Amino acid sequence: MLRVENLSKRYGDRPAVNAISFAVAAGETVGLLGPNGAGKTTTIAMICGITRPDSGQVSLGGERVTQDANELKRRVGLVPQDLALYDELSAWSNLQLFGGLYGLGAAQLQQRADAALALVGLGGRRTERVKTFSGGMKRRLNIAAALLHDPDLILLDEPTVGIDPQSRNAIFDNLAELKRRGKTLLYTTHYMEEAERLCDRVLIMDHGRILADDTVAHFIKEHDNLEAAFMRLTGRALRDGAEA
Amino acid sequence: MNTTAIVALVRTDIRLYFSDRRAVIVGVLVPILIAAFFGYIFGGNGASGDAGKIPIAVVDEDQSSVSRAIAADLATDKLLQVSALDRATARAAVRAGKQNAAAVIPKGFGERTTRALFTGQDKPRVELLVDPSQTSGARVVEGLLAQYSMQEISRAAFTGASGRKFIDESLTNLENQQSTASNADLEDLLRAARKLNQQANATAGAPGAGRRRGFGLSIPYTVASTEVTARERTPYNGYAHAFAGMTVQFILFAGIDAGVLLLLTRQRGIWQRLRSAPLRRSDFMLARALATTLISLFQFTLIYLAAALVFTVRVEGSWPGFLGVGIAFCMLNAAFGLMLATLGRSAPTTRGFASMATLLLVMIGGAWVPAFVFPRWLQSASLYVPTRWAVDGLDGATWRGLPFDAAVAPIIVLIGSAAVCLAIAIWRFRWEE
Repeated sequence: MLRVENLSKRYGDRPAVNAISFAVAAGETVGLLGPNGAGKTTTIAMICGITRPDSGQVSLGGERVTQDANELKRRVGLVPQDLALYDELSAWSNLQLFGGLYGLGAAQLQQRADAALALVGLGGRRTERVKTFSGGMKRRLNIAAALLHDPDLILLDEPTVGIDPQSRNAIFDNLAELKRRGKTLLYTTHYMEEAERLCDRVLIMDHGRILADDTVAHFIKEHDNLEAAFMRLTGRALRDGAEA
Repeated sequence: MNTTAIVALVRTDIRLYFSDRRAVIVGVLVPILIAAFFGYIFGGNGASGDAGKIPIAVVDEDQSSVSRAIAADLATDKLLQVSALDRATARAAVRAGKQNAAAVIPKGFGERTTRALFTGQDKPRVELLVDPSQTSGARVVEGLLAQYSMQEISRAAFTGASGRKFIDESLTNLENQQSTASNADLEDLLRAARKLNQQANATAGAPGAGRRRGFGLSIPYTVASTEVTARERTPYNGYAHAFAGMTVQFILFAGIDAGVLLLLTRQRGIWQRLRSAPLRRSDFMLARALATTLISLFQFTLIYLAAALVFTVRVEGSWPGFLGVGIAFCMLNAAFGLMLATLGRSAPTTRGFASMATLLLVMIGGAWVPAFVFPRWLQSASLYVPTRWAVDGLDGATWRGLPFDAAVAPIIVLIGSAAVCLAIAIWRFRWEE
């Protein structure tokens, strides 16, 4: 489904992503784990065509993703880490915009938006302004907006950051449902228990490189749990320049 | 071209604009209020009584028939708004800026001026207290005072009792003096004046004379001042220019808002979602330009609707010219907003610089006060500013009543300026990260 080959990106002298390669099969849920600054978000940005890689390539279903690959972009849904919503508008108006970007007509948009809102449990709040929503509701709507064009591959960049356990649980249920429907998910997170619960396979990334690529079951068998594996591979040093 | 995406983006921008109702009200109501204010102080639509009159005070310390007549003449002049005050009050009022000037007519003015008219000696001194910040108004007062004084003093000399008394005294004095050529001439003049005085006196007592005033010297011509506006008998509407200026200014502010919104979008997750969608750079820019043009046209329509309904501003000239200038200016505004978004780095800094630049553009463009009051060099320089063409174009189509031909140059300049802004925006627009 998704193939990443020797993908690299530098910002000035600093390598953000350094010749990474991996593949994700159709219907698979893969976790991309790493500390802050590991290169997860840059990897996601290159996969969905936002950022142009310095070298390497991304292919989807055997076709290369470039900045102009609009047909390929229709097969990818992005849930950005920053909320991608207009607070001043209603949930419905936001979905109208994002559906429109993918060329959805009125009838199709209505049907897809209804389904997406129902999935994330916001069917009854469609006419309310996003600024009246709680953090968890905004996160769920952020996911719904990425589903309108029925993408095959959904890229989720820390979709549960900054919300309460109840909202996080609701989002897990949403993602489990998408997985059950056969969608391919690539999921970045800091939370190991999320990856253990949701993912078939995990990539551990640090300093722009992939340090490990294995099934969750194998990580647990080798290291007792995912967090132990993560800490062993990435070390205990803080990533903000301070001493550990 | 992805029309569905363009429609979705335009619709969203318009929704965002209307989502802040207070901003919409400010964007429409404030220009109307400021234009109403400027329009009023620049003469209104001719119906407002004292608008544009020069406020002056008259201090009549003489209280003679001559001084009272001069004060009455000044009070009826359409350029002046006259208050009768004492000297101290008048001085305080001028100092406080409440009166542009005060004319102090001294004691003995009537008698001494009649004598000075024939002898040229012992002229009384009229004191003019002037607000130094309003000198042009004071010059007008000085001119009108000279005109009315000449008229009333000569009338008193040739028809009044004081004049008759002075002529009689002067003739008696001359008869007692040694005869010279110049005395003979003066004697002839005085005798002629006495004859005029006697005739005027006899006519005043005749039936049917009514309240006709006596003979007095006056300016030997009259001035017919015609306001050259769209049509004969159509008075100048001061609101028309004020609305042109304020519409231009506040639509430019909406352009700044559009640019800042784009900058803010770049800093939010929405930008990533837009970039991950199958959306071309050209479609995105077109959508933003279209949305800002439509929002600007909405403002333009509402402001001029208020101007027409409340302040009787009319398109006296070409409707296609008026609409052409309006649409061209709204297009320029959209391109201006896009250019700001591409040149700016942070939203607050861009808003600050853009607001300053806009205020400068509208001032030089004659949006606040007409460009003809500028020094000549600034008038020439302002021709390089598109706001000047927008204001002139709207003035031309409204109160000047000019045909479509007059709107062609403004439309070309505005569209040309829009093309320049758009070219800079396209050149600088960062689509890829």
